[in-house]
Amino acid sequence: MIKVVHYINQFFSGIGGEEKADIKPEVREGVVGPGMALKAALGADMEIVATVICGDSYFNENIEEATAEIITMISKYSPDLFIAGPAFNAGRYGVACGSICKAVKEELNIPVLTAMYIENPGADMFKKDLHIVETANAATGMRKAIPAMANLAKKLAHNQEIGSPVEEGYISRGIRKNVFKSERGSKRAVNMLVAKLKGESFETEYPMPVFDRVAPNPPILDLTKAKIALVTSGGIVPKHNPDRIESSSASKYGKYDIEGVYDLTEETYETAHGGHDPVYANLDADRVLPVDVLRDLEKEGVIGKLHRYFYSTVGNGTSVASSKAFAHKFTQELLADGVDAVILTST
Amino acid sequence: MRLELGNIFIKDVQFGDTTKVLNGVLYISKQELLDAVSGDTRLTSIEIDIAKPGESTRIMPVKDVIEPRVKVEGSGGIFPGFISKVDVVGSGKTNVLKGAAVVTAGKIVGFQEGIIDMSGTGADYTPFSKTNNIVLVCTPTDHLQQHEHEEAVRMVGLKAATFIAEAGRNITPDEVKVYETLPLLDGVKKYPNLPKVAYVYMLQTQGLLHDTYVYGVDAKKIVPTLIYPTEVMDGAILSGNCVSACDKNPTYNHLNNPIIEDLYERHGVDYNFVGVIITNENVYLADKERSSNWTAKLAEFLGLDAVIISEEGFGNPDTDLMMNCKKITAKGIKTVLVTDEYAGRDGASQSLADADKSADAVVTGGNANEVIQLPAMEKVIGYLTPADTIAGGFDGSLRPDGSIMAELQVVTGATSEIGFNKLSATQY
Repeated sequence: MIKVVHYINQFFSGIGGEEKADIKPEVREGVVGPGMALKAALGADMEIVATVICGDSYFNENIEEATAEIITMISKYSPDLFIAGPAFNAGRYGVACGSICKAVKEELNIPVLTAMYIENPGADMFKKDLHIVETANAATGMRKAIPAMANLAKKLAHNQEIGSPVEEGYISRGIRKNVFKSERGSKRAVNMLVAKLKGESFETEYPMPVFDRVAPNPPILDLTKAKIALVTSGGIVPKHNPDRIESSSASKYGKYDIEGVYDLTEETYETAHGGHDPVYANLDADRVLPVDVLRDLEKEGVIGKLHRYFYSTVGNGTSVASSKAFAHKFTQELLADGVDAVILTST
Repeated sequence: MRLELGNIFIKDVQFGDTTKVLNGVLYISKQELLDAVSGDTRLTSIEIDIAKPGESTRIMPVKDVIEPRVKVEGSGGIFPGFISKVDVVGSGKTNVLKGAAVVTAGKIVGFQEGIIDMSGTGADYTPFSKTNNIVLVCTPTDHLQQHEHEEAVRMVGLKAATFIAEAGRNITPDEVKVYETLPLLDGVKKYPNLPKVAYVYMLQTQGLLHDTYVYGVDAKKIVPTLIYPTEVMDGAILSGNCVSACDKNPTYNHLNNPIIEDLYERHGVDYNFVGVIITNENVYLADKERSSNWTAKLAEFLGLDAVIISEEGFGNPDTDLMMNCKKITAKGIKTVLVTDEYAGRDGASQSLADADKSADAVVTGGNANEVIQLPAMEKVIGYLTPADTIAGGFDGSLRPDGSIMAELQVVTGATSEIGFNKLSATQY
């Protein structure tokens, strides 16, 4: 019998949502939540002996402590395999799944597996270290995620050869492996050349790594004359989110007038962000978008002027391509408005 | 320029009293061959051996592999500038002993020469496990300088191939292949509606045993220039490399450049293959700038629509590859690159030392860092001991039982960047 320990967060265990994200790690015998379906898919010779549950906030705010605690819990069961998630597009859950898998792999020396959406920040952080099954961006993708996870889990547990990302459904780890093709390289090159000439599609055998580097601008020499703007991916919006910016994977940004606004209050502003505990941001949105402090600096003459508008979107689950497109658009306006510098805040 | 290549299929190689080809068997007279290659006082002995496909034989350290070719019609002779005068080659008729190869081996010159296994895992990776090899093991005098050692052995190889090829001069070839490239304007007139394509052929010229010669000239000292594809088939370009064996082009590969062969195959159908631009890979930035400027300028001058660019070597030349790609692409000319990879033993590192977004069509010859196991062979031609120190080997590569665990780099021709093999790499 192959023993498996499963890891899930507070939400999937049914304990609660964001308000319960601070719960400490706990362990339960047998399956909990999605472990049920996973158990069925894993088959008769594999058994989920225990499920570890931890709050996403607790884990991310106490990574070292929580990891050590969870490793101790897992090791008591001497499992042969460890599975975390699926985390879908929940960023902190994805990071927790990746961190724990990596720690288990290194410390307990057993195969590990997790699953998440390709744009989950945990995917980029851990895809080189782990097999991460690619899932949809929301829990509605559970039905598809479970069989894919189970198939890969079986192969890992039985130490079988793992096929390509496309064959097995995991996120490409960027690992290069040698393969023999049916045609020699020169022929492949000529075929590629003809496809390129004809405007047909072709697949490069080595996608160039892209380094998206942003060179820093020269510093502001005289801050006392500078017009400063605030931009955030922390989702700060006027109360009731008039533009309906999505809480995850935002499709837009908002532009808001703060003429005469000296302080963001609980009554006037809130966050639209769905990826972090909003309590403190909603109590005082200046914590994310420091309008109050910049007004002080303006009064004291440290900066020339705070720009009349701020721009805001939700960074949670939003693709790099969308973010770039937003910035490309509003930067033109900032330039046209004579803004000298931007303070960009995130959460 | 039109060349008829007459292939004489060699099924077997044996020692005999005289050197001749009879019914597909190449007979080698040891004495005749020795007489033909001897005379260099820098070498104290030359031993001759034969290695055939499927045998449990390992040849190492290998310096070069050369195909025996003889010019039977047309101007000049094989290996102009070295063996023959510098007359222009590439037209008329050339006979080839297809299936035979001369391999030079013996005491290590530098530290990065290759391995040819005639069977087992290594045989899957090297093209020269499929040829009947006449191996010349050369021993240098004591304290001979490395570049002189390389030169002496290089000349032995060229002389041996030339001598052996004479046996095919009067044999009727089993197969004749015709290759023709017209003068540029005539070629363009002939296929007015086809896109114009050329091959940018990068030659290894980093120096210090990383050398390539063109009509006898060290290619470090050339500026990029034009050459008819058929000139290459007569030995206008040859190897002076004694370095990382997996992705340097042995002379055999220059003679049989598969990019040239495969570009000819669809010439006049999908495109008009107008010719070859040769360029170098020197180590100074100014040289890199000048040469890449020049290849782009020539590509524009020829009115090309697309090119295939092949690299030779890795690391430093990755920059030349990217410069060529970037500058040629900037002229509005489409590019396809052929390279290999150094992605680390785990395959997780960036594969090339340079990258550019214009390089969007790349063929790879595989990851040279991948570790392979080469089983022990019953017979060793040359010396096993350099296994720990050649490029791709590491401390403990050579095991007591004669097997070798090393990076693929050690295998001659394994990750060819002119697309000689079927090996590639894919993303996991």
